[in-house]
Amino acid sequence: MLKLDRVVTYYGPIMALKGISLEINAGEIVCLLGGNASGKSTTIKAILGIVRPQEGAVTFEGQRISGLGTGEIVRRGISLVPEARRIFGRMTVWENLIMGAYSRDGATQVELDQDIERIYGLFPRLRERTTQYAGTMSGGEQQMLAMGRALMSRPRLLLMDEPSMGLSPALVDQVFDIIQEINRHGTTILVVEQNAAVALSIAHRGYVLQNGSIVVQDSAAALLQADDIRRAYLGEDSS
Amino acid sequence: MSDLLSMLPQQLVFGIALGTIYGLLALGYTMVYGVLFMINFAHGEVFMIGAYVGWAVFAALLDHQVGGLHPIWVLPVLLLPAMLFCGGLGMAIERFAYRPLYRRGATRLGPLISAVGASIFLQNAVMLTQGARMKVYMTNLLFPREWRFNFLGVSVSALLIVMVVVAAIMMWGLNTLVQKTRLGRAIRAVAEDREMAAVMGVSVNNVIGATFFLGSALAGVAGVLIGLYYTQIDFVMGYSAGLKAFTAAVLGGIGNIKGAMLGGLILGIVESFAVTFINPAFKDVIAFGLLILTLIFRPEGILGEPLADWKKV
Repeated sequence: MLKLDRVVTYYGPIMALKGISLEINAGEIVCLLGGNASGKSTTIKAILGIVRPQEGAVTFEGQRISGLGTGEIVRRGISLVPEARRIFGRMTVWENLIMGAYSRDGATQVELDQDIERIYGLFPRLRERTTQYAGTMSGGEQQMLAMGRALMSRPRLLLMDEPSMGLSPALVDQVFDIIQEINRHGTTILVVEQNAAVALSIAHRGYVLQNGSIVVQDSAAALLQADDIRRAYLGEDSS
Repeated sequence: MSDLLSMLPQQLVFGIALGTIYGLLALGYTMVYGVLFMINFAHGEVFMIGAYVGWAVFAALLDHQVGGLHPIWVLPVLLLPAMLFCGGLGMAIERFAYRPLYRRGATRLGPLISAVGASIFLQNAVMLTQGARMKVYMTNLLFPREWRFNFLGVSVSALLIVMVVVAAIMMWGLNTLVQKTRLGRAIRAVAEDREMAAVMGVSVNNVIGATFFLGSALAGVAGVLIGLYYTQIDFVMGYSAGLKAFTAAVLGGIGNIKGAMLGGLILGIVESFAVTFINPAFKDVIAFGLLILTLIFRPEGILGEPLADWKKV
């Protein structure tokens, strides 16, 4: 479904991604693991065209999307739950959700209302807060909103950048349950995480990034077993 | 003293009229600042050109001896071309004077200097094509002097009421657009988090263009109204009006639409009182003194958010 072929990006003179290749098949949950500054977020930005790859290609459903503008890429069916949520704090919950559907140019209000209902079904807390300013909500609620907002564009591929960041363990479990549920409804998911254990527990496959290169790739089950890999690349204490 | 006090209501009325003009202009500064974090110093010139467009249409009507001049239809005929022309001009300024700079990653200083350049360019373009002498709005033909009302000893001309009503409609319209429509949500999204707005599928460049169009169209309205009110316009009128409106925008809290309206009103009233109760010569001193006091004691403006909360670009 999504394929990165030897993608290279630079921030100024610094090479952030050193030719990474990865593939996500329809229906999968794939996780991209790595420590700080390993290039995880840059990979997301390269997929969305926020950072333009200098070399290599990104293809989505067989069509090359690298080089397209972010808006066009989003219209093809990819959406993002960004790192640190980045909901529109000065807009209401409802407005945030409507913004999520901005790329669906032809959608009628009835369709949008139905989709918002669907999101409220998934995240009942959001219904209670529909007219509240998003910036006044708790971190967990904002994470729910960021996910709801991303789903409003009816993506076929959902990118999630550090969904566990800053959340309590109970909320992390809840968020990952919902990620699985979204996946069961047919959305392909790429999760970028530092928290390898949680991400691998729901993913089908995983890639490990280090210093802008993919160093390991395997099934999630195998990666979960491979303590040495997690110790070496993810800085985890396996005890 | 009682003499002066009795002038208070009358000066308040003048102040409100002036304030709505400042408010209309301040909206342009504040909206552009909201999406681009830059001050569009050519905005005053757009206002001046709006006054010229209205004047040209008015003069054409008179030249062709169009009869039955009534504000009911003449006013829209003056305002609409001014709004469209200024809106287009504002978009052109952004496209050619600012976008090439920030696209190449210029700091905020680059577009600022470019804005001053655009402002000088526009002033001179008008001077060269229209001449340096002032133009006269034949306001009397539209709003006869006897069209005025008296209540509680305050004399209010019909024009003044029309100005306030037109400005109020414009401000209401803009506020509704920004709060309730798809474009308005896109503008707010770009103002808050440009990258995330793009991830939602918003074309950031189009939204910036639309913002310039809206702000500049309101400047066009302000230009026509001030032309009718003062009856004389010239090619340098945008300079001081622009600075005052910028002051109003900062006073109300730059980036905040309601703040711009409020700042405009306050500045208009303060200026009007200063003229009567202090000394007309100190009018500008007091207006800019107000700006300095704002910057010292409440740098975020009356309705602005504390600066510490602002995101860096």
